[in-house]
Amino acid sequence: MTTETQSLAPVPEQNSVPVSLRRKLRLGEGLLEAILFVVGFLTIFVTVSIVVVLGDQALLFFNDPQVGFREFFLTTQWQPSIGQFGIWALVSATLTTSAIAMLVALPLGLSSAIYLSEYASPRARSVLKPILEVLAGIPTVVYGYFALLFVTPLLRNLIGTENLGVYNMLSAGVVMGIMILPLIASMSEDALSAVPNSLREAAYAMGATPFEASIQVIVPAALSGIGAAIIVGLSRAVGETMIVAVASGATSKFTFNPLEAAETMTAHIARISGGDLSYNTIDYNSLFAIALVLFVVTLALNLFSQWIVSRFREQYE
Amino acid sequence: MQTETPQYAIETRNLSIFYGPFEAVKDVDLKIEKGKITAIIGPSGCGKSTLLRAFNRMNDFVPTSHVNGEILMHGINLYSKEIDPVEVRRRIGMVFQKPNPFPKSIYENIAWGARINGFKGNMDELVEQSLRGAALWDEVKDKLKESAYALSGGQQQRLCIARTIAIQPEIILMDEPASALDPISTLRIEELMQELKQNYTIIIVTHNMQQAARVSDFTAMMMLFGETRSGTVIEYDKTDIIFTRPGDKRTEDYVTGRFG
Ligand SMILES: Nc1ncnc2c1ncn2[C@@H]1O[C@H](COP(=O)(O)OP(=O)(O)OP(=O)(O)O)[C@@H](O)[C@H]1O
Ligand SMILES: [Mg+2]
Repeated sequence: MTTETQSLAPVPEQNSVPVSLRRKLRLGEGLLEAILFVVGFLTIFVTVSIVVVLGDQALLFFNDPQVGFREFFLTTQWQPSIGQFGIWALVSATLTTSAIAMLVALPLGLSSAIYLSEYASPRARSVLKPILEVLAGIPTVVYGYFALLFVTPLLRNLIGTENLGVYNMLSAGVVMGIMILPLIASMSEDALSAVPNSLREAAYAMGATPFEASIQVIVPAALSGIGAAIIVGLSRAVGETMIVAVASGATSKFTFNPLEAAETMTAHIARISGGDLSYNTIDYNSLFAIALVLFVVTLALNLFSQWIVSRFREQYE
Repeated sequence: MQTETPQYAIETRNLSIFYGPFEAVKDVDLKIEKGKITAIIGPSGCGKSTLLRAFNRMNDFVPTSHVNGEILMHGINLYSKEIDPVEVRRRIGMVFQKPNPFPKSIYENIAWGARINGFKGNMDELVEQSLRGAALWDEVKDKLKESAYALSGGQQQRLCIARTIAIQPEIILMDEPASALDPISTLRIEELMQELKQNYTIIIVTHNMQQAARVSDFTAMMMLFGETRSGTVIEYDKTDIIFTRPGDKRTEDYVTGRFG
């Protein structure tokens, strides 16, 4: 940096940084960074606090002489009134309804996403995509009564009223699937559309049919985005409360039979906390234990889906 | 419909290509010789890619595009109603400007196309043969299971050529296949083209005049003309004629770099 280098500043002193290259004080940048940091930190803080509160209250429950870890995790009856606290009765219903929901939402959601992204004309897409997004915004209580008053009678007609009660997990699960379908479709469509066109052209130039190109090239390339859609959908299914509370019954029962009525973790929490509960009773504390399990189940399912997706994904840069 | 003389791999008659109302390519009559390399040259935006992508019906993916006139292969119009574009693309392969391997393993990049085209033979053999054909085998034979994205740009482009020859098309279209590559990779691709022409007809779009002069047997010069700014072929002849004594002043100006 001596005489030959053309200086940027009008009269630079020898060996000093030219004025125009000097560090500038960028107040806006600094402020923005600080705000973003605080917001990011708050998010984490809130999450951690929730877990701490849950854990703390759940501990009160487990410390109660009436219950123990073993009973909680190894028995299958949930009857607080007679002192039975077997979480599996609630977990089984949550898993069953969520599984049904995913069985409905995943194939349909993914198919609609593939249709929208790979087959539909731009016109059709510009009409259908907003409709999907509106569907995703319907309040879940509406879906709940849709399940109870429309889907359940329909299913009872199909399967027979002697086989299917007024409250059952099948109807709740199916409607839950319909509820998360637009979400999965819309998110997957975003992921598919983000696959670069050059990859699509590569597939078609090899003589691929639209089906071969979509299923064997574009979907695998979009799998991390589709995986995110699955995880969000699954989390919503596990956490969904209104639909199951309305349509799947208010009796806890350990069963994986979709034709039966059973209460999920969320529905139970909603029902019990709606009644008059006094602070620090065993019923009250049990809610936190359930919530903690719910949290762990969601987390586990998320990690599991992430693992599955990472095994099959094909990464384009 | 009159049958085409066997000397030609593909032939266009009165071909015009539109994007909506815009006539991007107008009235092209070309007879592409079998087993030869034909270069398409011309200034940017004159419709070279458009013309090339019409041959294997890639323009079908542009919803607004449509074609007037005929493209004949074995005397059959590729744009007639009964023709399946998928089958057309199986017979006319394409290599793109930017290397676009699949995000799969090197092996799978080649096997996939063969498989969807109903290949039933020994896949390992086909993969090796195609990679050798694209002068890539020695460089990748020990890492066939690795991602194609781990290869350099030039290697990726040769992989794209390898996967194209694996499905044994009659014609290979190349749209500026070396423009994203360094001179050495470019040279390898050019050498490769010379070998490939023994079995395939190659049509290449290039901006590089030396490249066109070096590799091609025939050259089509395209140019924009008229009020509509449509592109058309203004001159088509043996490459050495185009580059030494072209019939059209505009061609001469263009290939000598005085123009465009
Ligand atoms: N998908 C498209 N939709 C509308 N117009 C297009 C489309 N693709 C190309 N065109 C237009 O068609 C004309 C020819 O484009 P084309 O890409 O064929 O030119 P080119 O000769 O390949 O140019 P270059 O040398 O820059 O690649 C241009 O005016 C371009 O704007
Ligand atoms: Mg082009």
